[in-house]
Order: sequence, then C-alpha cells, then structure tokens
Amino acid sequence: MELLSPKFVFAQVKASSADEVIHYLATQLKDNGKVKDTFEEAVKAREQIHPTGLPSGEIAVAIPHTDVQYVNEAAITFATLDHPVEFHNMAVNDQLLEVQIVVMLALKDPHSQVEMLQKLMALFQNQELLAQLQKITDNRQLYDAVSKYI
Amino acid sequence: MKKILVACGAGVVTSTSAMNKLQEELSNRGIDSDKYTLGQSSVAQVESLANDYDLVITTTQYDNDAIKIPVINGLPLLTNIGVDVVIDEIIDKLNLN
Repeated sequence: MELLSPKFVFAQVKASSADEVIHYLATQLKDNGKVKDTFEEAVKAREQIHPTGLPSGEIAVAIPHTDVQYVNEAAITFATLDHPVEFHNMAVNDQLLEVQIVVMLALKDPHSQVEMLQKLMALFQNQELLAQLQKITDNRQLYDAVSKYI
Repeated sequence: MKKILVACGAGVVTSTSAMNKLQEELSNRGIDSDKYTLGQSSVAQVESLANDYDLVITTTQYDNDAIKIPVINGLPLLTNIGVDVVIDEIIDKLNLN
C-alpha cells in the first residue's frame, strides 16, 4: 500500500501557525476517511506535550503525529510552507524552530512502516533536496519529486 | 547482554525510527545484535521501566533525577547530525567494545 498519495502532497501552503498547518493537513486526512474526527485535537494536544519539530539543518521539519488509535488507515501528508511557522524542538525544551516542511504521519503500525520512516529521515537529512522541494509550486510536481524518495 | 530502552513522546513513531538507526549504526561498528536487546516506550514510562535496563535513549529532552542509569539524547539518530558521537557514547557507557 502506498502511504503517500498525490492528494496528500501540498506545495507552499500558507499558514500562520503550527496549529493552522496541523488543522489543514488533519482535515485532508479526515475528509478522506484516513483518521478519526478526534485525530486533529489529539495531534495538537500531543504537540503541546511532546513537540515534533526536528532540527534537521538549515531547513527544519516537523512530523506531527499521535497515537495509532486515532487512525483508520495509514497515510502520510507532506507539505512545504509558503513561509516558516514555529514548532517546538522535540529534543530541547522551550526551543522554537522555524519549520518549512511539515510531514504529518497517520500510522497504524509503525514497525511495519520502518522502511518509510527511515527514508523520510534520510530525506530530511538531504538539505539540498529539501531546498529544491521548497521551490516547487505545483502539488503534483511536488508529489512526483517526493515520491521518488519515500 | 546489555539492555537499551529507546523512548520518545508516545513511544511509537519516533522511537521506532531511532531504534532502527541505532541497530544499523551498532552493526556498522561490528557490534552484533546478540550483544544487546532493545526495548521501546514513551518517555512517561521510562521511570517505571528503567530498573530493567542499562541505558535509556530519549528523542525528547528528559531530565529525571530518579533515573539511575545513563540517559542519552538520541536526536542524532533521527537527524544524523552528530550520530558518531552518540554511538561512541552508547558504546562507551555500555562497554560494548
């Protein structure tokens, strides 16, 4: 099963906060039946307690997600942002990161999706590629570029 | 047999990724998987589980004086930035060499 589908890849999303990005992506997942109605609130609540900003380098990313119980069917959403929004650093309390790429994960069984997770982490380490992805303005083109790597 | 606990926020996604990377890096150093076992949990569970382990790796900041075993920040296992230093530290703390 493909976790990433063209309808869940968004180029240069305009948002003014982490909550707005989470709302936008969670709504896409919910409207397609991938997650339960409670998913969005669960992701936001989790982000408060256990933030998911990843200091991956010049281009920082965030991987908002929550417990598997809120997920119907595994999917991931991938968004580049028109301008950065602040997420908290997962590893350092009270440190904010200017995040430019948000990958929201709705996973059912993470252990069976280890390969995808590792590809995702490798992608985040490829800052040159992330910079190229940032420039893409068309959703489909972004999907085509991202799907080669995850 | 050394026992390593890998913990993240919910104990599911991020720790899975970190565990996988840890196994890969230890294997690259010639440390076989029969030298250690891995456990996975949320950071909230660490305190109750720590007695059964030799070392904890967390991907979140984790400060808890009640934990008597070494606690290592495993963020480099996700970002790859400074991963060699972290692997050195894990090997050193557990005398895996």
